Amino acid sequence: MDRYSFLRELADSWGLLALTLVFLGVILWTLRPGAAALHRDAAQVPLRHDRLPADDPTKER
Amino acid sequence: MTDILKLIVLGAIMVAAAIAANFARDLAYQVHAVLIMLISAGLFLWVLRGAGEPKPASAVAVGYTDDVVRAGVIATTFWGVVGFLAGTYIAFQLAFPILNLDLPWTTFGRLRPLHTSAVIFAFGGNALIATSFYVVQRTCAARLWGGNLAWFVFWGYQLFIVLAATGYVLGATQSKEYAEPEWYVDIWLTVVWLAYLAVFMGTILRRKEPHIYVANWFYLAFILTVAMLHVVNNLSLPVSIFGSKSVQLFAGVQDALTQWWYGHNAVGFFLTAGFLGMMYYFIPKQAERPVYSYKLSIIHFWSLIFLYIWAGPHHLHYTALPDWAQTLGMVFSIMLWMPSWGGMINGLMTLSGAWDKLRTDPVLRMMVVSVGFYGMATFEGPMMSIRAVNSLSHYTDWTIGHVHSGALGWNGMITFGALYFLVPKLWNRERLYSLSLVSWHFWLATIGIVLYAASMWVTGIMEGLMWREVDAQGFLVNSFADTVAAKLPMYIVRGLGGVLYLAGALLMVWNLWMTARGVGQDEALARPAPAAAAE
Repeated sequence: MDRYSFLRELADSWGLLALTLVFLGVILWTLRPGAAALHRDAAQVPLRHDRLPADDPTKER
Repeated sequence: MTDILKLIVLGAIMVAAAIAANFARDLAYQVHAVLIMLISAGLFLWVLRGAGEPKPASAVAVGYTDDVVRAGVIATTFWGVVGFLAGTYIAFQLAFPILNLDLPWTTFGRLRPLHTSAVIFAFGGNALIATSFYVVQRTCAARLWGGNLAWFVFWGYQLFIVLAATGYVLGATQSKEYAEPEWYVDIWLTVVWLAYLAVFMGTILRRKEPHIYVANWFYLAFILTVAMLHVVNNLSLPVSIFGSKSVQLFAGVQDALTQWWYGHNAVGFFLTAGFLGMMYYFIPKQAERPVYSYKLSIIHFWSLIFLYIWAGPHHLHYTALPDWAQTLGMVFSIMLWMPSWGGMINGLMTLSGAWDKLRTDPVLRMMVVSVGFYGMATFEGPMMSIRAVNSLSHYTDWTIGHVHSGALGWNGMITFGALYFLVPKLWNRERLYSLSLVSWHFWLATIGIVLYAASMWVTGIMEGLMWREVDAQGFLVNSFADTVAAKLPMYIVRGLGGVLYLAGALLMVWNLWMTARGVGQDEALARPAPAAAAE
């Protein structure tokens, strides 16, 4: 089988299946019950550390 | 010691560039060689003057690296005005061909890539680099990695822009849309881009926040994917190392597919993913509340990444590309509508409970309208990718209108919003010079886009219908020149839309300039600079 036909068949069989499963896995992982607290915290990230890095020596205490 | 090494390298570049200028086979290459020779000579003198001087004791780096972000903000504003001006000029060239001036350097064919590169790569690219450097530091709570490497990225990128733009005007192009620069400019951009990736990744790796905020995912996807697209689409062999001409490695339909795999993902990852990174940071900041749903933002990210990369073939409907590939491109483009609108809803709903801010804050209004245009363009795009619709729309001005409602509306407006947010922060000002100027900018830009998009819909659908009109005997009714004549009024309206958009941008330049200078600011309220706060 020439290279084009091989890649073409791979793409619309196992390749498609693998990518679809990875995609669904990522979505399900995002929706897992334990993630809510982490996501609530992550959403606050832009609202912190606006002026100085976390470990900055000049940080006002 | 390092000074001597730098001098040797700069001297070698200078001599090599002089030799290249001497043997140059075409004007563009020669001009570029002279330019590089002069730049390296200038750097040589600069290093030489400082050589042997006692270096200031390496102070502990404190705070965020914001000087390169400030430079990026200035560059974004400058290139924005240049790009909008070029666009407005070529819009009037189409209405009044005399504006081509009968000179090779000022024809539409050369100024058009100058305009697209100026707005996408110079204005958009500088905005992305500057905001990504700002955002990655704040969301990682860490200083930028790599020290002066960030300055190399900034200046290297400006050199890329200057080489690309002068090359177009002097006739050096490899004729690939949005990838026109010739081989040596491509190689230089690859070097700069890898340095950019290193700075960005390095900062993420030294982050103090355990989680990588979603805006950084979008920025990182943009940087990585653009690197991949750029390298593959620019695989070419120079005819001579002393000339700008090169030959593409791919040919025929393979070349076309590679080009539109690149071209559409330049839209998808440069103009969408990167700017979504801006949206996911600046809208929460300006609204002072977290993004509506963090889960949705992650799903938005992965869906966009998984789907976008397959959508390119919709640029090649009814061509020699196999039917299955055309259908694949169409199906993925339509599926892409869902994550796009998920992202739009996420951006808009971030304001839920704070809608009143839209009444008082024109900067937030700008950002929200940009997300609205994102939603509109990502509905129109999938619709136009349907083959039956595409048979009417393709090669007409409808496509140009679609691109501009996305670029002026989404990319332009979110960038203006980000600039209005950044300048007071970066120059330590309490507020912008004038909010009413922002309102003026908002309305000038919005009305400009409406004039642009509406006139292009009318002229695009009109010319599409005129091209396919046949009489009872099956002969075509209209010649191409008939459609050109019929389009004149719409072309003038489009040009006026460009004038309004440019006028709004000039008001922004004035406003940002006065803000940075601190005119009209209450000195007592001015915040101290981070360095001064330490004392």
